[in-house]
Amino acid sequence: MARGAVSIVVERCKACGFCVEFCPTKVLALSDAFNSKGYHPPHAVTPDKCSGCDLCGMYCPDFAIHGYRLDKAAKAAETEASDAR
Amino acid sequence: MSTTTTPDCKVHPGNPVESFLRTDRMPHIWCPGCGIGTTVNCFTRALIDSKQDLNKLAIVSGIGCTGRVAGYVNLDSFHTTHGRAIPFATGLKLASPETTVVVYSGDGDLFAIGGNHLIHAARRNMDIKVICVNNLTYAMTGGQTAPTTPEDVITATAPYGTYDPAFNLPYLVEAAGAVYVARWTTFHVKQLARSMQEMFAKKGFGFIEVVSPCPTLYQRRNKMGDALDTMKFYKEVSKTKHGAPTSEVGLTKSGEIVVGKFVDRERPDFTTHMHEHLQHSLGDKYIPAEGPVCG
Repeated sequence: MARGAVSIVVERCKACGFCVEFCPTKVLALSDAFNSKGYHPPHAVTPDKCSGCDLCGMYCPDFAIHGYRLDKAAKAAETEASDAR
Repeated sequence: MSTTTTPDCKVHPGNPVESFLRTDRMPHIWCPGCGIGTTVNCFTRALIDSKQDLNKLAIVSGIGCTGRVAGYVNLDSFHTTHGRAIPFATGLKLASPETTVVVYSGDGDLFAIGGNHLIHAARRNMDIKVICVNNLTYAMTGGQTAPTTPEDVITATAPYGTYDPAFNLPYLVEAAGAVYVARWTTFHVKQLARSMQEMFAKKGFGFIEVVSPCPTLYQRRNKMGDALDTMKFYKEVSKTKHGAPTSEVGLTKSGEIVVGKFVDRERPDFTTHMHEHLQHSLGDKYIPAEGPVCG
């Protein structure tokens, strides 16, 4: 079961490959798809392995990707929901 | 703009860097694989972790690729004239002593045209924090030889290789009087963020050199591969040596890159020194100004 997830803003990506190379659990790979500038953005090939460490987010020079922990995201969502009530 | 998230999570926290950016200016002009964006990531993480009051923070940049940072971050920022980031920052700090002033600029801006300002700010120990992204060349103007370009490197102005000795930035800044000197590469993201935090917490002239790839001009001309190859190269050749003598940390084209915190010392900063001196010589007649002197 995945502990984390990645969020990718496809249009900002310039396909430098830092996230793919330095992901400690090798979750990502550059996809075959193009974005509108002609780059191949990354996609998660083994999302189950993601630990949400956000190292991809630290490396990304284009602010296009970031990782987050699912438990923290769920907690934040809960607090937000209770605040709204 | 399309965003893919995996696995599907109903609510996910946004990218922490997002709130620090002027998103209407994205995508930025930096080349694919340029290290400046990575340093901005580290900078924002350092700001979050050190719980900086963002209303009391100002970023000052000069001209150049790194100079664009001031335009992209959604903080109080100055994009100043070429080489004069430090004089602007000095004025800002003197007028508003409460403000944390960060100078975010490149090697060409800080050490070539602005070299004199930098050494004097370090000599006076002005309480400003300098982050220098060193890509070893004048990147924005087309990759000419800079004072930081190592020997035997091919540049736009040296087609047969450079032969001038390069500046050793940590050595220069330490000799001029900085209280905090560190060097990291864009590969060392966690260490860089921690180092920035340490520098923010310290009073006095802090300096961090970040060795960064310039894949378009420096690496391509010298057949050193693309940005990813450069990052792997940094991983391979960099060696962490905290407290290493700065005289021995000069950069070469393909040799070892010594990284780490080189200097962390105590010296009274400019304002403290000035108050002490004037109190001593004027006695009761001296009334120090309180709070911001303008604005």
